[in-house]
Amino acid sequence: MHEMALAHSIVELVQEHAARDRFACVRSIRLSIGALSHVDPRALEFGLEVATRGTVADGARLVIDRPGGAGFCTDCCKTVEIAEYGGTCPSCGGNKWMLVAGDEMRVVDLEVD
Amino acid sequence: MCGICGCGGADETHPHEHVHGGDPLHEHVHPHGDDHSHEHEHAQAHEHHEHDRAHGTDHARIVKVERDILEKNDRFAAANRRLFAATHTLALNLVSSPGAGKTSLLVRTLTDLLGKLPLAVIEGDQQTSLDADRINATGVPAVQINTGKMCHLDAGMVSDAFERIPVPRRGVLFIENVGNLVCPAGFDLGEAGKVVLVSVTEGEDKPLKYPDMFHAARVVLVTKVDLLPHLDFDVEALEANARRINPRADVLRVSTRTGVGLAEWYAWIEARRRQLEAG
Repeated sequence: MHEMALAHSIVELVQEHAARDRFACVRSIRLSIGALSHVDPRALEFGLEVATRGTVADGARLVIDRPGGAGFCTDCCKTVEIAEYGGTCPSCGGNKWMLVAGDEMRVVDLEVD
Repeated sequence: MCGICGCGGADETHPHEHVHGGDPLHEHVHPHGDDHSHEHEHAQAHEHHEHDRAHGTDHARIVKVERDILEKNDRFAAANRRLFAATHTLALNLVSSPGAGKTSLLVRTLTDLLGKLPLAVIEGDQQTSLDADRINATGVPAVQINTGKMCHLDAGMVSDAFERIPVPRRGVLFIENVGNLVCPAGFDLGEAGKVVLVSVTEGEDKPLKYPDMFHAARVVLVTKVDLLPHLDFDVEALEANARRINPRADVLRVSTRTGVGLAEWYAWIEARRRQLEAG
């Protein structure tokens, strides 16, 4: 359940911004969690519910964008869509691709009062 | 003085600015968690896990953040990686399910390599110092990190460990992660590569069930192969599954008990060390 550790990291980032950008209440948190990142969004949602308690983000809504995965296929020499680890190149069916996108886990922005 | 940034700190283990492309063994793989944005091709669909109706309503304002959730971990990982580069230390992160034989392989490996090159071990477990005690009995310095309720080691814990053991300059640092095929996949420790162990008493489909970890592997060690005559286990199927998830990883068969495959394992370590020396 490393989502709990990630949830605490998110709360730390939010608190840092609360001091810097002077806000006292977070209405919503927007995250970008790539389809090939090592996290389960529902577990993260649960973790955040617990980790935000008593903080400026207590009760904040969670908005999660899920950008898809992409890999560079070394056989086709082009960037292709990759749905999952172990997935194949939609163009040639090969599995020799290198991850180029889709493993990101970012806090995008916050809606605050 | 710190050899990385030149500040007045006593060592190089405090966080430093992240340097892109630090993983010396995964030249072609995007190092995880760099703090530049991983922009993707816009051919891909964006799904919204939840609707964002509240985002942008009346009296609220939007504060841009655009920061990596793992940025703190990745700062420590980058500092660790620079420390390993500066000291020509090969750092290997050993991961597997509980019971795949990480500690037994380590004890045997350390016993065989002791005296040939500098060695050190960082042991991660939720509780007890049992593993570090086993390692210390070989004569190799080992430090136990108890992660408590945490299911993985993070880069800060590894950095802290160097307050208790010296960095094995021009040698090998083995980091034995918590027995868990899920969580440690996402946490860069600054290592040169992940060594994923899978024993022949597990299922052939392990790589398919836990693809994140096998995708992150630099080498897959198939352990306990001395048991194969007693099992209905298709080792070729396991290896094919591992290669399907990760065609770049090396795959080696080993037995800690009989010593089968250990020469190849040590040769693999030596090759990585030479690669590191060559820069």
